[in-house]
Amino acid sequence: MSVEAVRGAPAAASSERYAAALKDAFIAALITLALAAPIIGLKTTTSVGGLELTPRAMPVAIAVLVVFCGRLALNLIFWQRHPSVTPIGVKWYLRPGGRPLADHFDQWKIHLGVAAMAFAIVMPFMPFVTRYWMDQSIVILTYVMLGWGLNIVVGLAGLLDLGYVAFYAIGAYSFALLATNFDLGFWICLPLAGILAACWGLILGFPVLRLRGDYLAIVTLAFGEIIRIILLNWYTFTNGPDGISQIPRPTLFGLEFTREEGGFADFFGLEYSSVHRIVYLYYIILLLALITNFVTLRLRRLPVGRAWEALREDEIACRSLGINTTNTKLTAFACGAMFGGFAGSFFATRQGFVSPESFTAIESFIILAVVVLGGLGSQLGIVIAVIFLNSAFELLRELQEYRMLIVGMAMVLIMIWRPRGLISRRIPSIFLAKRRAISGEPVSEGSG
Amino acid sequence: MSPGGKGKEPARGKGAKAKRTPKAAAAIKVEAKPAPQPSDAPAAAARPWNDDPILEVEHLTMRFGGLVAVDDLSFVAGRGDITAVIGPNGAGKTTVFNCLTGFYKPTEGMITMRHENGDSFLLERLDDFRITWRAKVARTFQNIRLFPGMTVLENLLVAQHNRLMLASGFTVGGIFGLAGYRLAEADAVEKARYWLDKVMLIERADDPAADLPYGAQRRLEIARAMCTDPHLLCLDEPAAGLNPRETETLNQLLEYIGETHGTSILLIEHDMSVVMGISDHIVVLDYGVKISDGTPYFVRNDPRVIAAYLGVEDDEVEIAENEALG
Repeated sequence: MSVEAVRGAPAAASSERYAAALKDAFIAALITLALAAPIIGLKTTTSVGGLELTPRAMPVAIAVLVVFCGRLALNLIFWQRHPSVTPIGVKWYLRPGGRPLADHFDQWKIHLGVAAMAFAIVMPFMPFVTRYWMDQSIVILTYVMLGWGLNIVVGLAGLLDLGYVAFYAIGAYSFALLATNFDLGFWICLPLAGILAACWGLILGFPVLRLRGDYLAIVTLAFGEIIRIILLNWYTFTNGPDGISQIPRPTLFGLEFTREEGGFADFFGLEYSSVHRIVYLYYIILLLALITNFVTLRLRRLPVGRAWEALREDEIACRSLGINTTNTKLTAFACGAMFGGFAGSFFATRQGFVSPESFTAIESFIILAVVVLGGLGSQLGIVIAVIFLNSAFELLRELQEYRMLIVGMAMVLIMIWRPRGLISRRIPSIFLAKRRAISGEPVSEGSG
Repeated sequence: MSPGGKGKEPARGKGAKAKRTPKAAAAIKVEAKPAPQPSDAPAAAARPWNDDPILEVEHLTMRFGGLVAVDDLSFVAGRGDITAVIGPNGAGKTTVFNCLTGFYKPTEGMITMRHENGDSFLLERLDDFRITWRAKVARTFQNIRLFPGMTVLENLLVAQHNRLMLASGFTVGGIFGLAGYRLAEADAVEKARYWLDKVMLIERADDPAADLPYGAQRRLEIARAMCTDPHLLCLDEPAAGLNPRETETLNQLLEYIGETHGTSILLIEHDMSVVMGISDHIVVLDYGVKISDGTPYFVRNDPRVIAAYLGVEDDEVEIAENEALG
């Protein structure tokens, strides 16, 4: 309305403009009053009977007045001097008249990624870092790795997988069983666990290839549950609900992180500290996550990655171009499962104990939520989403059962605000003249 | 039926066909001879496409439950020709295409694809993706099927998937960044650039395919199909929704593809300016049955075709029925 006013003849529009500014300032003041009245206007004082509320009118009046005058001044002096014509359909969070904020973000994204990586590498040596902080970082990185692994299946290939935790469980149990039965170390078991998980990815892949969308989701969900129930009931093999304990800790070129002679601390002449092992674990998961990221980014630029994305966009067109969609889907499943397996064996070695309880369906949903919240296909988005979810869970720990409610609501709000996830823009895998990010709208989520 | 299209017609037939084969010198000689001209003679007699067919469809039948969509259809498409399949809506044209490209498995019949080097493929026995990769038959779709969220260039690279996949050592070599893959990718980009240039989309190479206007999307789909190096290009209504100028550009593009790359074209089309203008050979379907087969001139004057398109008077139907009964 005010834009219209300014566009008219200046003299005639002038009074209208004042009226609009006054109205706007009045509304702002009213909102301030509504907000300030309970927040500023009531003061709790301790008295004999308990807490008492004392009303304070003066601060409220000042707040309302400041907002009214400020808003009026902004309206008359700063705003709408150069009315920006916002194109239809452009959102409020886009800069008026300028480039969308997302464009600026694209430029800074790469720097953000590098900065985040540098921070992750030096973080254990920061003075403010505590044991709690390290533990949380390890959890975050584990979920980031799982998210990146699932991102291959859901984000790139567009196959909705609700049973991803099964591969995490297979990785963890592969490592636990290999290590306890055959006395193998972490670094030998890690690739084996990954390969086993990938094989299970293929085994799951074959029957579900014909299924699309909801049907695929249901079958993968069932697969996740089947694996957990097998682990729970095959007592002679998996030790059932008792789980497997005494899983060996990872070693650094044969050095164990123990207090005894010949341990890590002894070898380097350091004073023994339990933090050494935690820092080591942190670096292992950081390395694994970075490998996952590197491989995924590489795959995206390879024909197989493009075929995954093409499969997500249009499966029939893929077939008409000579792409074997069966193999393409299987490789996506296997790759995702392999990274899940790596993360699982890391989980087993960190905990030193695995039991079926760690691999419930809710884990699958959290990993999927991370991928969807971060933006399908976006690596950085997943990191942000994991940090957001983990922090939310940790900060709201006091609220106990309500925290799920609050986190759920926050996620709903985010999905309303950004229906395609925090970072929905897709970066093309190759360019001729200039790499331009593609907005999320034309990119399909996949249906199979 | 445009004057330009009509003017080109005499040049076609045997002579123009031979020109597209590698032996250009021989073609000139052939061209010197009077090309078989079907205009006045009983057109059915002149069937140059029977000499060297690239595609032979024999007794193709496709049933969906009780519905017979295609009934005992046989036709051939000549090498280097532009063959059009026309017919009223629901005549079974797209079903034929889906059988050719492996999207449907025909109930009965045989479809043979013959390459110039003598290889032949029975398309009804191949998987759809093998038809494109091995038998070299590419197709486009009636409702455009691009990869909307991928850029124009990426669309063309996906079309070269199999070759790039081999070059990347089935991904393993590619992950370690071997030089062989990088060269192959550069080649693929070069080929994409060539086709983008041909379909006038080079400026928009880095835009998502969804952002292109409709006509450009149609052209991109043809370019994408050409990136698979097909010997036979099947186009399902390439001119649907195009304005006359875009249609003219499309005609030029199709003629260019045929002449420069020796690709045979099989197209379904409703737009008669395309069909009559550029095709060498027309097959007319109605209710799944072939009702006419010949040169554009022959088909245009075939009473059965006119009846199928325009309908006939009731008494004529009666006469025809009586003839059929008695």
